[in-house]
Amino acid sequence: MLKYIALRGLLAVLVAFTVSLAAFLLLNVATDPAYAIAGEDATPDVVETIRARYGLNRPLPVRYFDWLGGVLTGDFGESYYWHKPVAELVADRADETLKLAFSAMFVTILIAIPLGALAALNPNSWIDRMALGVAVSAQAVPNFWLGLIMIILFGVMFPILPVSGDDTWRHFVLPAFVLGASSVPAVMRLTRTGLIEVMGADYIRTARAKGFRGWPLLRRHALRNALLPVISVLAVQLGQKFGGSVITESIFAINGLGRLALESILGADIPTVQMLIFVFAIVFVAMNLLADILNAAIDPRIRIG
Amino acid sequence: MSKLLEINNLSVTLPLPGNTLHVVRDVSISLERGQTLGIVGESGSGKSMSALALMRLLPRSAIADATTMQLDGLDLRTLDDRNFTRQIAGPQIGMIFQEPMTSLNPVYTIGRQMTEGAVSRGLLSGKQVERKAIDLLERVGIPDPAGRMSQFPHQLSGGQRQRVMIAMTLMLDPTLLIADEPTTALDVTVQAQILDLLDDLRRERQMGMILISHDLAVVAERSDDVAVMYGGEIIERGDASGVLRAPAHPYTQSLMLAIPHLGMAPGRLGAIPGTVPSLVSPPKGCIFAPRCSYRREDCTTARPQMRDHDGQHSYRCVLETPPTRHAEVIPLRAAGTPVGQDVITATNINQVFETRKALFGAKRQIQALDDVSLSLKRGETLALIGESGSGKSTLARILLGLAQPTSGQVRMLDRPVAELAPQERAAFVQPIFQDPYSSLNPRRRLAEIIARPLQLRGEKDSKVLKQAVGEALDIVRLPQRLLHAYPSQLSGGQRQRVAIARALVTRPAALICDEPTSALDVSVQAQILNLLDDLKAEMGLTCLLITHDMAVVHQIADRVVVMLNGKVVEEGPAQQVLKTPTNDYTRNLLAAAPRFEMTNAEVAS
Repeated sequence: MLKYIALRGLLAVLVAFTVSLAAFLLLNVATDPAYAIAGEDATPDVVETIRARYGLNRPLPVRYFDWLGGVLTGDFGESYYWHKPVAELVADRADETLKLAFSAMFVTILIAIPLGALAALNPNSWIDRMALGVAVSAQAVPNFWLGLIMIILFGVMFPILPVSGDDTWRHFVLPAFVLGASSVPAVMRLTRTGLIEVMGADYIRTARAKGFRGWPLLRRHALRNALLPVISVLAVQLGQKFGGSVITESIFAINGLGRLALESILGADIPTVQMLIFVFAIVFVAMNLLADILNAAIDPRIRIG
Repeated sequence: MSKLLEINNLSVTLPLPGNTLHVVRDVSISLERGQTLGIVGESGSGKSMSALALMRLLPRSAIADATTMQLDGLDLRTLDDRNFTRQIAGPQIGMIFQEPMTSLNPVYTIGRQMTEGAVSRGLLSGKQVERKAIDLLERVGIPDPAGRMSQFPHQLSGGQRQRVMIAMTLMLDPTLLIADEPTTALDVTVQAQILDLLDDLRRERQMGMILISHDLAVVAERSDDVAVMYGGEIIERGDASGVLRAPAHPYTQSLMLAIPHLGMAPGRLGAIPGTVPSLVSPPKGCIFAPRCSYRREDCTTARPQMRDHDGQHSYRCVLETPPTRHAEVIPLRAAGTPVGQDVITATNINQVFETRKALFGAKRQIQALDDVSLSLKRGETLALIGESGSGKSTLARILLGLAQPTSGQVRMLDRPVAELAPQERAAFVQPIFQDPYSSLNPRRRLAEIIARPLQLRGEKDSKVLKQAVGEALDIVRLPQRLLHAYPSQLSGGQRQRVAIARALVTRPAALICDEPTSALDVSVQAQILNLLDDLKAEMGLTCLLITHDMAVVHQIADRVVVMLNGKVVEEGPAQQVLKTPTNDYTRNLLAAAPRFEMTNAEVAS
C-alpha cells in the first residue's frame, strides 16, 4: 500500500512539473507579456523598458527556472497590479474558494448519489425517469444562466437569501447550489449505472443466496463496489469546481480565487495568473492522487496486486 | 417422515415487452435427505431457472407459481420474502454457482464473507464463528485456512474460490445444497476434486443435494435420481442408472447418442435435427415432437402424460413402450484415411512473456512454452490436450504464424513460416475459435462474413465469390436461405458452422481449431464433430484440435500431444494414449474425465 502511494505520489509530482512548464509556456510564448502589460497603444520604447524592468528580455529557460526556483521556495513573484507578493494575495483569497468548492461538492453528493441510487434500484420507474430529467436539464443549463435565475428567484421574487458577498454561510447557499448542480449529471449517471451493474453481479446473487436482502444487502455488498468509479469522478469534479469558481464567484461577488483570476487576466497580471493556473492544476493533481489512494484503500485488487 | 423437498407443478414465466417467455412449465421434483437429484438439460432447458425459483433468485419481473413447494414439511409458499431470506436462504438451502471467479465479492476478505451470514443472524459469537469458518476451510481442502481468512478472492485460484464458496454455504449448515453447474468453469482434474468433495460432504451431513449440469456424465456419476429437462419441461425422470443407461424418452435417447463415450469405439454421433423450441409459444402437444423421429399424429394434439416405465422411472411420451435404440455403432467416415508428410513442424519452441506489475515494478518472466516440438502431418487430426495455462493456445498462435516465439523455428510446407506471405499462409491454414458468439461480426450478413477471406486475397469477381460462398455453405450443411441472415439470427451450432465455412472458403488444407465445441451444447457438438469427420473424409482435411475434453479427443483424434505447464509430457497415437497412458499427468487427466462406464457394483448385479 505504501509503495503504491509513493508511486502515485511520484507520478503526481511529475504531472505537476509538466503542468507548470505548460502554464509558463502558454503565458510567455503564446502571448508577449511585455505588450500585455504595456497595453495596445504603447510605443516600442515603452515595451522595451517594461521588458528590461521585469526581466522579460532574458532567455526563456532562464526565466522558467528562475520562476520554478521561486515556486519551490514559496516565492511566486510579485503581482504587477497589486504590488504585493502573489503568494500572499492567493492565500488571502483561498479560503472563500475552498468554502465554495467544498459546499458545492456537498450539494452535488447530496443530490446526485441518493438520486442515482434510487434510480438504479427502481429502473424504468417514475423516479428513474425523473432522475434522468434532472440530469439532462442540469447538463443543458449553463452555469451563469442558472446563477441569474437563482438570483431572480431567491433574491428578488422571494428575497430569502443574500445574492452577493461572502460574509455568512447563507451567502454560500445559492452559489454552492449553482456550482454544485453542474456536477450532478455526471455523478448521478455514474452512480446509477455503477449500482445497476453491481446489483446484477454474481456476488450479489451469492449474498442473496446467503439470505441478505434490502438495505443490508445494499450496504454490506453493493455500495462499496458501486462507489469505486464514483470516487474517481468526484475527485475530477472537485478539481473542476475550482475552475468553475471563476464564473460563479463573479456572479455572486465572492472575493475568492476565481474572481482574482478574472481580475488578473483582465489586468494582464502575469505572475498572478501563472500562480493561479499552477494552483488549480495542483489541486486537480492532488484530488486525483487522493482518489487513487481512496480507491486502493477500498479495492484490495489495486492494493494487493 | 416427509420428503426433504417436494415441488409440484412449478412454472416460471418471464413477461417481455410484447410477449411472454414460458421458461419453466409444470415441473415436479422431490428429494430425500442425503440423496442427490441431478437435473440435466441443454442451455435454455429451464434447469437453472427452476433452482432459482426455489431460492427466490429469479429476475425481478419473473413470475413463479407452484401447487406444492415444501421443504422439510414447511410450505415455502406461505413465507413472505423477509421470512424466506431469514429462515430459508442460507440456514436451510445453500446454493453454489457456476462462476467461482465472480461469485465472491472482490472487496471483502474471505473471512468476512464466510462469517457474515452467521454473524448477522446472531447464531454464533465472533470467536466461535471464526473457528467454524477455519474448520470448514480446512475441511474443503484449502491450505493454510487461518491465513486465508484475511485474504481477498483475487488471491485465490478458480478451484480454491469454488471451495471457499462451498465452505461458505456450509457455514449455516443447510439441509439442502443446490449446485448449479458447480464445475463447468473449472479444469477436469479440479472438477473431479470438487465433485468428490460435494459428494463427501453430502454423505457426512446427510444433506440433500440438487446437482444441475449440462454434462450428462457428471450427473450420471454423482446422482441418485435424475431429471432430464427440455424446453422448460421435465421429459424424463427416475433413478440415475435407469434414466442415463436405459433412457426411455426419444430426446434422452438421442442425447445419449450425441455424446462421445470414452468407453466405446468411436463412431458417428447421433445429431438431433432441428432447433430447440421457442419459449414464447410452446407447442400444444409434446415439446419434443417437432424434432422427434418417432413422431405420430397424436403427438401434436395434446401434451403426453408422464408414463411409468419400470416403477422407478417415468417419461413424458405417447409411446407406451420406449423405442428400442439401435445399438450398432456407425463407423467414422474418415477412419483409416492415409496420413502424409509433415505440413507444419515446430522445433524447440520457447515463448517467454515479460510482465510488469506496475510502471516501475520489477519485470517478471513467464515461460509459457518450454522447448516444445511437434509436427502436424497431412490428413491427420492431432489433438493438443492440456488444462488452462498449459500453453496450448499460445502454441496454436505460433503455429498459425500469428505470434513470434522467443526462440525456436516453425516450418510450414517445408519453409520457415516467416518466409510465407500472409496470403500464402492463409491459403494453407485457417483458424476456428472457441466462441462462435463473439468471433463473428454481428453487423455483417453471412454471405459477407464467409466471402471476406476471399476478398482479402484479392478476389473481386462477384460471381466467383457467390459460388465459393454457396459451396462453403454446402460443405458445412447450412441452407442457402441463410446467406442474407445476420449472426444474431442463428443458433450457437449454426454460428460455429459459419465460422468453419469462413475458414474453409479459401479451400485451406488445414484447420487449427481452438476448443471448437466447448461453448456448445452436446447435441450441437455432435453436429460439429460429425462435420469435421465429413470434411476429413471428403477433403482429406488436416486438423489441429485444441481441447480439454477427453471424450472429444477419443472421438476424432488420430494422434495426441499432452501439454503441462508449457511442456509436452506425452505424445502418441490417440487410442494408445487414452488406453495406456505412460505419463502420470495424462493418467490423472483421464481418471478425472467423467464417464458413463459401469461402476463395479452395477457390474456385479
